[in-house]
Amino acid sequence: MKIRLVLLALAAFALLAPTALAAEPRVTLAEIEEEVMCPVCGTLLQLAEAPQAQREKAFISRLIEEGKSEEQIKDALVAEYGDEVLATPKGSGFSLSAYVVPIVAFLVAAIALAIGVLRWRRAGRGPRDRGGKRGPKGPSPEDADRLDADLARYDL
Amino acid sequence: MSVRSFLAVLGVVALVGLLAFGLLSKGSSGLELGEAVPDEPLPRLEGGGMESLADYRGRWVLVNFWASWCIPCREEAPALERFQRQHGGPGFTVLGIDSRDLSSDGRDFVREYSLSYPQLRDGDGEAADDYGTTGVPENFLIDPAGKVRLLVRGPITEEYLREEVAPLLPGGRS
Repeated sequence: MKIRLVLLALAAFALLAPTALAAEPRVTLAEIEEEVMCPVCGTLLQLAEAPQAQREKAFISRLIEEGKSEEQIKDALVAEYGDEVLATPKGSGFSLSAYVVPIVAFLVAAIALAIGVLRWRRAGRGPRDRGGKRGPKGPSPEDADRLDADLARYDL
Repeated sequence: MSVRSFLAVLGVVALVGLLAFGLLSKGSSGLELGEAVPDEPLPRLEGGGMESLADYRGRWVLVNFWASWCIPCREEAPALERFQRQHGGPGFTVLGIDSRDLSSDGRDFVREYSLSYPQLRDGDGEAADDYGTTGVPENFLIDPAGKVRLLVRGPITEEYLREEVAPLLPGGRS
Protein backbone atom coordinates (compact mmCIF):
# COMPACT_ATOMS: atom_id res chain seq x y z
CA MET A 1 0.00 0.00 0.00
CA LYS A 2 2.81 2.34 1.01
CA ILE A 3 4.70 1.61 -2.19
CA ARG A 4 1.60 2.35 -4.18
CA LEU A 5 1.21 5.70 -2.42
CA VAL A 6 4.83 6.62 -3.02
CA LEU A 7 4.52 5.70 -6.70
CA LEU A 8 1.35 7.75 -6.95
CA ALA A 9 3.07 10.73 -5.32
CA LEU A 10 6.03 10.39 -7.70
CA ALA A 11 3.73 10.21 -10.70
CA ALA A 12 1.84 13.29 -9.54
CA PHE A 13 5.12 15.16 -9.02
CA ALA A 14 6.36 14.14 -12.49
CA LEU A 15 3.13 15.45 -14.00
CA LEU A 16 2.91 18.69 -12.04
CA ALA A 17 6.57 19.69 -11.78
CA PRO A 18 6.97 20.90 -15.40
CA THR A 19 3.79 22.96 -15.10
CA ALA A 20 5.00 24.49 -11.86
CA LEU A 21 8.37 25.27 -13.40
CA ALA A 22 6.77 26.74 -16.50
CA ALA A 23 4.60 29.01 -14.35
CA GLU A 24 7.67 30.43 -12.62
CA PRO A 25 8.56 33.92 -13.82
CA ARG A 26 11.42 33.63 -16.29
CA VAL A 27 12.07 37.33 -16.56
CA THR A 28 11.59 40.22 -14.19
CA LEU A 29 9.88 43.54 -14.75
CA ALA A 30 13.21 45.29 -14.18
CA GLU A 31 14.83 43.28 -17.00
CA ILE A 32 12.10 44.18 -19.48
CA GLU A 33 11.92 47.79 -18.30
CA GLU A 34 15.47 48.48 -19.36
CA GLU A 35 14.86 47.18 -22.88
CA VAL A 36 11.61 48.90 -23.79
CA MET A 37 10.45 52.48 -24.08
CA CYS A 38 7.61 54.48 -22.66
CA PRO A 39 6.13 55.62 -26.03
CA VAL A 40 4.55 58.76 -24.59
CA CYS A 41 7.57 59.92 -22.57
CA GLY A 42 10.20 58.92 -25.16
CA THR A 43 12.45 57.48 -22.42
CA LEU A 44 13.31 54.02 -21.20
CA LEU A 45 10.39 52.54 -19.30
CA GLN A 46 12.54 52.14 -16.18
CA LEU A 47 12.97 55.93 -16.03
CA ALA A 48 9.33 56.74 -16.71
CA GLU A 49 6.64 57.41 -14.12
CA ALA A 50 3.92 58.81 -16.40
CA PRO A 51 0.41 57.31 -16.19
CA GLN A 52 0.94 55.58 -19.55
CA ALA A 53 4.18 54.07 -18.24
CA GLN A 54 2.36 52.75 -15.16
CA ARG A 55 -0.17 51.01 -17.42
CA GLU A 56 2.63 49.56 -19.53
CA LYS A 57 4.41 48.25 -16.41
CA ALA A 58 1.18 46.68 -15.16
CA PHE A 59 0.69 45.05 -18.59
CA ILE A 60 4.23 43.60 -18.48
CA SER A 61 3.75 42.35 -14.90
CA ARG A 62 0.55 40.62 -15.99
CA LEU A 63 2.34 38.86 -18.85
CA ILE A 64 5.18 37.83 -16.53
CA GLU A 65 2.65 36.32 -14.13
CA GLU A 66 1.17 34.41 -17.05
CA GLY A 67 4.61 32.88 -17.58
CA LYS A 68 5.36 34.60 -20.89
CA SER A 69 8.97 34.70 -22.06
CA GLU A 70 10.91 37.90 -22.69
CA GLU A 71 10.41 37.50 -26.45
CA GLN A 72 6.66 36.94 -26.07
CA ILE A 73 6.35 40.01 -23.85
CA LYS A 74 8.27 42.17 -26.32
CA ASP A 75 6.12 40.86 -29.18
CA ALA A 76 2.98 41.74 -27.21
CA LEU A 77 4.33 45.25 -26.59
CA VAL A 78 5.14 45.69 -30.28
CA ALA A 79 1.59 44.54 -31.15
CA GLU A 80 0.24 47.24 -28.84
CA TYR A 81 2.61 50.15 -29.45
CA GLY A 82 4.53 49.33 -32.63
CA ASP A 83 8.27 48.77 -33.16
CA GLU A 84 9.23 52.03 -31.50
CA VAL A 85 8.47 50.56 -28.10
CA LEU A 86 11.71 48.58 -28.36
CA ALA A 87 14.74 50.41 -27.00
CA THR A 88 17.01 48.47 -29.35
CA PRO A 89 16.00 47.78 -32.95
CA LYS A 90 14.98 44.27 -33.94
CA GLY A 91 17.58 42.25 -35.81
CA SER A 92 15.38 41.72 -38.85
CA GLY A 93 13.79 43.65 -41.71
CA PHE A 94 14.54 47.33 -42.06
CA SER A 95 15.61 47.54 -38.39
CA LEU A 96 18.55 45.32 -39.28
CA SER A 97 20.07 48.34 -41.03
CA ALA A 98 20.66 49.89 -37.58
CA TYR A 99 23.25 47.17 -37.01
CA VAL A 100 24.50 46.64 -40.58
CA VAL A 101 25.03 50.28 -41.62
CA PRO A 102 27.58 51.14 -38.88
CA ILE A 103 29.56 47.97 -39.65
CA VAL A 104 29.55 48.67 -43.40
CA ALA A 105 30.48 52.32 -42.74
CA PHE A 106 33.36 51.21 -40.51
CA LEU A 107 34.64 48.76 -43.15
CA VAL A 108 34.41 51.39 -45.91
CA ALA A 109 36.25 53.91 -43.72
CA ALA A 110 38.95 51.35 -42.84
CA ILE A 111 39.47 50.43 -46.52
CA ALA A 112 39.60 54.11 -47.52
CA LEU A 113 42.14 54.77 -44.76
CA ALA A 114 44.28 51.80 -45.82
CA ILE A 115 44.26 52.96 -49.47
CA GLY A 116 45.11 56.50 -48.35
CA VAL A 117 48.03 55.33 -46.22
CA LEU A 118 49.39 53.16 -49.05
CA ARG A 119 49.23 56.05 -51.52
CA TRP A 120 50.80 58.42 -49.03
CA ARG A 121 53.69 56.05 -48.37
CA ARG A 122 54.21 55.47 -52.06
CA ALA A 123 54.20 59.22 -52.73
CA GLY A 124 56.66 59.75 -49.85
CA ARG A 125 59.34 57.53 -51.45
CA GLY A 126 61.78 59.11 -53.88
CA PRO A 127 61.85 57.93 -57.50
CA ARG A 128 65.26 56.32 -56.80
CA ASP A 129 63.60 54.09 -54.15
CA ARG A 130 61.17 52.91 -56.74
CA GLY A 131 63.97 52.01 -59.15
CA GLY A 132 63.37 54.94 -61.44
CA LYS A 133 65.68 57.68 -62.61
CA ARG A 134 67.99 59.49 -60.19
CA GLY A 135 66.36 62.15 -58.09
CA PRO A 136 67.58 65.73 -57.92
CA LYS A 137 71.19 66.04 -58.87
CA GLY A 138 73.91 66.71 -56.24
CA PRO A 139 75.97 69.91 -56.14
CA SER A 140 77.63 70.98 -59.35
CA PRO A 141 81.44 70.45 -59.63
CA GLU A 142 81.98 74.16 -58.92
CA ASP A 143 79.82 74.02 -55.81
CA ALA A 144 81.55 70.82 -54.72
CA ASP A 145 84.96 72.49 -55.09
CA ARG A 146 83.83 75.51 -53.11
CA LEU A 147 82.34 73.26 -50.41
CA ASP A 148 85.60 71.33 -50.15
CA ALA A 149 87.56 74.60 -49.92
CA ASP A 150 85.27 75.91 -47.21
CA LEU A 151 85.57 72.71 -45.21
CA ALA A 152 89.36 72.75 -45.58
CA ARG A 153 89.47 76.15 -43.90
CA TYR A 154 88.19 74.63 -40.71
CA ASP A 155 90.55 72.54 -38.66
CA LEU A 156 88.15 70.03 -37.29
CA MET B 1 35.58 68.00 -62.70
CA SER B 2 37.47 64.79 -61.92
CA VAL B 3 35.67 61.63 -60.89
CA ARG B 4 37.10 61.96 -57.39
CA SER B 5 35.79 65.52 -56.96
CA PHE B 6 32.41 64.47 -58.32
CA LEU B 7 32.19 61.62 -55.78
CA ALA B 8 33.22 63.94 -52.95
CA VAL B 9 30.51 66.47 -53.91
CA LEU B 10 27.98 63.64 -54.22
CA GLY B 11 28.89 62.38 -50.76
CA VAL B 12 28.52 65.84 -49.20
CA VAL B 13 25.16 66.39 -50.95
CA ALA B 14 23.92 62.98 -49.73
CA LEU B 15 25.01 63.75 -46.17
CA VAL B 16 23.35 67.18 -46.14
CA GLY B 17 20.19 65.67 -47.67
CA LEU B 18 20.10 62.99 -45.00
CA LEU B 19 20.48 65.56 -42.22
CA ALA B 20 17.77 67.76 -43.74
CA PHE B 21 15.43 64.78 -44.04
CA GLY B 22 16.06 63.86 -40.42
CA LEU B 23 15.34 67.38 -39.22
CA LEU B 24 12.21 67.78 -41.34
CA SER B 25 10.76 64.38 -40.47
CA LYS B 26 11.27 65.02 -36.72
CA GLY B 27 9.75 68.44 -36.75
CA SER B 28 6.50 67.73 -38.55
CA SER B 29 4.19 70.65 -37.87
CA GLY B 30 0.58 70.23 -36.87
CA LEU B 31 -2.47 70.47 -39.09
CA GLU B 32 -3.77 73.99 -39.67
CA LEU B 33 -7.33 75.13 -40.24
CA GLY B 34 -8.39 74.49 -43.84
CA GLU B 35 -5.83 71.75 -44.41
CA ALA B 36 -6.86 68.31 -45.64
CA VAL B 37 -6.64 65.60 -42.99
CA PRO B 38 -4.50 62.49 -43.41
CA ASP B 39 -6.59 59.46 -44.26
CA GLU B 40 -4.34 56.52 -43.51
CA PRO B 41 -6.52 53.57 -42.50
CA LEU B 42 -6.51 52.58 -38.82
CA PRO B 43 -7.76 49.41 -37.13
CA ARG B 44 -11.07 49.59 -35.30
CA LEU B 45 -10.71 49.42 -31.53
CA GLU B 46 -13.37 46.73 -31.43
CA GLY B 47 -14.76 44.36 -33.99
CA GLY B 48 -11.73 44.14 -36.29
CA GLY B 49 -11.26 45.67 -39.72
CA MET B 50 -9.87 49.01 -40.79
CA GLU B 51 -11.34 52.44 -41.33
CA SER B 52 -10.03 55.74 -42.57
CA LEU B 53 -11.21 59.33 -42.58
CA ALA B 54 -11.86 58.91 -46.30
CA ASP B 55 -14.75 56.60 -45.37
CA TYR B 56 -16.44 59.60 -43.73
CA ARG B 57 -16.28 62.00 -46.70
CA GLY B 58 -19.56 63.83 -47.07
CA ARG B 59 -20.12 63.95 -43.28
CA TRP B 60 -18.95 66.27 -40.55
CA VAL B 61 -16.62 64.39 -38.22
CA LEU B 62 -15.33 65.44 -34.82
CA VAL B 63 -12.07 63.53 -34.48
CA ASN B 64 -11.20 63.07 -30.82
CA PHE B 65 -7.70 61.78 -29.92
CA TRP B 66 -7.78 60.20 -26.48
CA ALA B 67 -6.17 57.58 -24.24
CA SER B 68 -7.54 55.71 -21.25
CA TRP B 69 -4.68 56.86 -18.99
CA CYS B 70 -5.40 60.53 -19.71
CA ILE B 71 -7.45 62.24 -16.99
CA PRO B 72 -8.78 65.16 -19.13
CA CYS B 73 -9.97 62.56 -21.68
CA ARG B 74 -12.09 61.02 -18.93
CA GLU B 75 -13.51 64.44 -18.15
CA GLU B 76 -14.56 65.21 -21.75
CA ALA B 77 -15.83 61.74 -22.70
CA PRO B 78 -19.35 62.18 -21.22
CA ALA B 79 -19.77 65.53 -23.02
CA LEU B 80 -18.74 63.97 -26.33
CA GLU B 81 -21.14 61.09 -25.84
CA ARG B 82 -24.03 63.46 -25.06
CA PHE B 83 -23.15 65.51 -28.16
CA GLN B 84 -23.09 62.36 -30.28
CA ARG B 85 -26.50 61.33 -28.99
CA GLN B 86 -27.90 64.77 -29.84
CA HIS B 87 -26.27 65.29 -33.25
CA GLY B 88 -24.98 61.93 -34.47
CA GLY B 89 -26.49 60.70 -37.72
CA PRO B 90 -25.91 60.62 -41.46
CA GLY B 91 -24.54 64.17 -41.46
CA PHE B 92 -22.27 64.02 -38.41
CA THR B 93 -20.39 61.74 -36.04
CA VAL B 94 -17.80 61.90 -33.32
CA LEU B 95 -14.88 59.60 -34.16
CA GLY B 96 -12.61 58.53 -31.31
CA ILE B 97 -8.97 57.61 -31.92
CA ASP B 98 -7.38 55.79 -29.01
CA SER B 99 -3.71 56.75 -29.21
CA ARG B 100 -0.61 55.20 -27.57
CA ASP B 101 -2.76 53.11 -25.30
CA LEU B 102 -3.25 49.44 -24.51
CA SER B 103 -6.14 48.13 -26.58
CA SER B 104 -7.70 46.34 -23.58
CA ASP B 105 -7.56 49.55 -21.52
CA GLY B 106 -9.09 51.42 -24.45
CA ARG B 107 -11.97 48.97 -24.73
CA ASP B 108 -12.57 49.19 -20.95
CA PHE B 109 -12.71 52.98 -21.28
CA VAL B 110 -15.31 52.77 -24.05
CA ARG B 111 -17.46 50.46 -21.92
CA GLU B 112 -16.99 52.54 -18.76
CA TYR B 113 -18.37 55.67 -20.45
CA SER B 114 -20.81 53.78 -22.71
CA LEU B 115 -19.41 55.52 -25.77
CA SER B 116 -21.58 54.82 -28.79
CA TYR B 117 -19.53 56.59 -31.48
CA PRO B 118 -16.99 54.72 -33.65
CA GLN B 119 -13.52 54.16 -32.22
CA LEU B 120 -10.23 53.57 -34.04
CA ARG B 121 -6.91 52.50 -32.63
CA ASP B 122 -3.58 54.30 -33.05
CA GLY B 123 -1.28 52.19 -30.87
CA ASP B 124 2.03 53.51 -32.22
CA GLY B 125 0.78 57.11 -32.28
CA GLU B 126 1.50 57.57 -36.01
CA ALA B 127 -1.92 59.06 -36.75
CA ALA B 128 -1.52 61.44 -33.79
CA ASP B 129 1.84 62.49 -35.22
CA ASP B 130 0.32 62.96 -38.70
CA TYR B 131 -2.27 65.28 -37.18
CA GLY B 132 0.53 67.05 -35.33
CA THR B 133 -0.99 66.52 -31.91
CA THR B 134 1.10 67.48 -28.92
CA GLY B 135 -0.75 65.23 -26.49
CA VAL B 136 -4.20 63.98 -25.60
CA PRO B 137 -6.97 64.94 -25.74
CA GLU B 138 -7.09 66.93 -28.97
CA ASN B 139 -10.12 67.49 -31.17
CA PHE B 140 -10.45 68.30 -34.87
CA LEU B 141 -13.73 69.13 -36.55
CA ILE B 142 -13.50 67.90 -40.14
CA ASP B 143 -15.89 69.18 -42.79
CA PRO B 144 -17.53 66.97 -45.44
CA ALA B 145 -14.68 67.76 -47.86
CA GLY B 146 -12.13 66.36 -45.39
CA LYS B 147 -10.67 69.71 -44.29
CA VAL B 148 -10.04 70.91 -40.74
CA ARG B 149 -12.65 73.50 -39.68
CA LEU B 150 -12.05 73.70 -35.93
CA LEU B 151 -9.17 72.61 -33.79
CA VAL B 152 -9.10 72.24 -30.02
CA ARG B 153 -5.80 71.35 -28.39
CA GLY B 154 -6.87 70.05 -25.00
CA PRO B 155 -10.18 68.86 -23.62
CA ILE B 156 -13.31 70.03 -25.37
CA THR B 157 -16.11 71.44 -23.24
CA GLU B 158 -19.86 71.13 -23.48
CA GLU B 159 -20.03 74.89 -23.99
CA TYR B 160 -17.58 74.80 -26.92
CA LEU B 161 -19.51 71.96 -28.52
CA ARG B 162 -22.74 73.90 -28.18
CA GLU B 163 -21.40 77.34 -29.21
CA GLU B 164 -18.81 76.50 -31.86
CA VAL B 165 -19.42 73.02 -33.24
CA ALA B 166 -23.20 72.64 -33.29
CA PRO B 167 -23.88 75.74 -35.46
CA LEU B 168 -21.71 74.32 -38.24
CA LEU B 169 -23.51 70.98 -38.41
CA PRO B 170 -26.49 70.15 -40.61
CA GLY B 171 -29.54 71.49 -38.80
CA GLY B 172 -27.62 74.41 -37.32
CA ARG B 173 -27.75 75.49 -33.68
CA SER B 174 -28.56 72.87 -31.01
